[in-house]
Amino acid sequence: MALITCEALSLGYEGGTVVSDLSFTVEKGDYLCIIGENGSGKSTLIRALLGLKEVSRGKIRYGDGFSRQGIGYLPQQTLVQRDFPATVTEIVCTGFLNRKRFSFFYSEKEKKEAADIMDKLSVSSYKEKSYKALSGGQQQRVLLARALCAAKDLLLLDEPTVGLDPLMSATLYRVIQQLNREGLTIIMVTHDMEAALRYASHILHLHKDTSFFGTKEEYDHCQVCAQFLDEGETPHD
Amino acid sequence: MTDFLSALASFFSYPFVQKALLVGSLISLSAALLGTTLVLKRYSMIGDGLSHVGFGALAIATSFHIADVAVGFALPVVVIAAFFLLRLSENSKIHGDAAIALISTTSLAIGYMVMHKNGTNVDVGNYMFGNVFTITDSDAVFSVVLAIAVMLLFLLFYHKIFSVTFDESFSKAIGVSPALYNGMIAVLTAVVVVLGMRMMGTLLISALIIFPSLTSMRFCKSFFSVVTVSAGISLLAFLLGILLAHFLDFPAGSTIVVINALFYLAGMIFSKIRSRL
Repeated sequence: MALITCEALSLGYEGGTVVSDLSFTVEKGDYLCIIGENGSGKSTLIRALLGLKEVSRGKIRYGDGFSRQGIGYLPQQTLVQRDFPATVTEIVCTGFLNRKRFSFFYSEKEKKEAADIMDKLSVSSYKEKSYKALSGGQQQRVLLARALCAAKDLLLLDEPTVGLDPLMSATLYRVIQQLNREGLTIIMVTHDMEAALRYASHILHLHKDTSFFGTKEEYDHCQVCAQFLDEGETPHD
Repeated sequence: MTDFLSALASFFSYPFVQKALLVGSLISLSAALLGTTLVLKRYSMIGDGLSHVGFGALAIATSFHIADVAVGFALPVVVIAAFFLLRLSENSKIHGDAAIALISTTSLAIGYMVMHKNGTNVDVGNYMFGNVFTITDSDAVFSVVLAIAVMLLFLLFYHKIFSVTFDESFSKAIGVSPALYNGMIAVLTAVVVVLGMRMMGTLLISALIIFPSLTSMRFCKSFFSVVTVSAGISLLAFLLGILLAHFLDFPAGSTIVVINALFYLAGMIFSKIRSRL
């Protein structure tokens, strides 16, 4: 059974449906990119997959030994966080709060794990710095490190490269690609079509009633999708 | 010098002073602990709104001659108001803001109306500005127990409260419920506001909650240091305030707030100078 199966899924807010009748599956080890115009429901879908948003119709099923405790999530940054007084280490360690814990302190094992993750993402050099003193790219990596402390099976990312310069974005994409190669399942919302086509194994293109879901190769040869891409090039926001 | 020391010794020997010190220290500490989260969540005004609700509740309790259990009556009323204000703030920032003003003024108005009508000769000033030296024995016991409970709960759920304060979406995604911890913060704030009202008064209690955290945020880098330093600042401001108030014959609550304001000013100057270096 697939890691995630969505059947005839509809999502909406009061007074409107954003996503309707959507079906797709995510297998272990997949790298799924969700693309589409602003307002097509990309972030809403991510929030539904995380259980942060209720489903209006249809079903999301989790399988393949999947547990809620194995999800990591990289949300979009909020305004509150910009000037938040907390060190990198403090923030990264909150990723461990998905496990049952009764101790006030993090265990040695968790500290070691956090240190390894911070090394991997090159965050260690500023781990005692205050979050608000970091650049946008550094902050994003810190939040990714936090997500990895929580993620055992699945990592969801909501526009991880917004506000980053091209160099930073490229580094972040490489890190995520590496994690995927190590076996982590990735679901990423992005505006960056080029990156989606380069890194993803599967593409979900949300577009009103004619959403596309398939492998990247299928997407490359899909006529309707070419049309989406043309439409996408006209400025809409 | 020896005169001053003996004056100090005799000051500390009064039972009512010892009681004020114990109760005031514990309330100052618990207010400062909660303050950091409230300030960072942009909930500072909730404390202020709650204190006005508390005034209304206390006024009604006193007017109907149930003054002995006044705090016990005010507490549930303020806790309910806290949930209500939290809900409003979550739904929409602007409406929450206006709603706090609405609820504060209405509670204040009702409270004063009831007091006036029943012609009780209670000093309104005492409610507005508090008096730490006139806390009754039963209020003191109540305050000590609840303030310790607030601190223990805060410490027990420290990491989760931090996580929810920093990022509600992430916390919820990994199974740390923002609704639960926001609710807990609201209840604890309500408790601190009700306890602090006797000491600081309706108009000044929110200063005790937000000032120490704002001060420590000027120069602390980590959440842990903001929380611990603000607790220290709060305690220091309380002790200095109560001493100055006694020896210079100032009202205690106001003196504590002014000292907190001076600390904030010092913190601001310190961080300005440091950023220039």
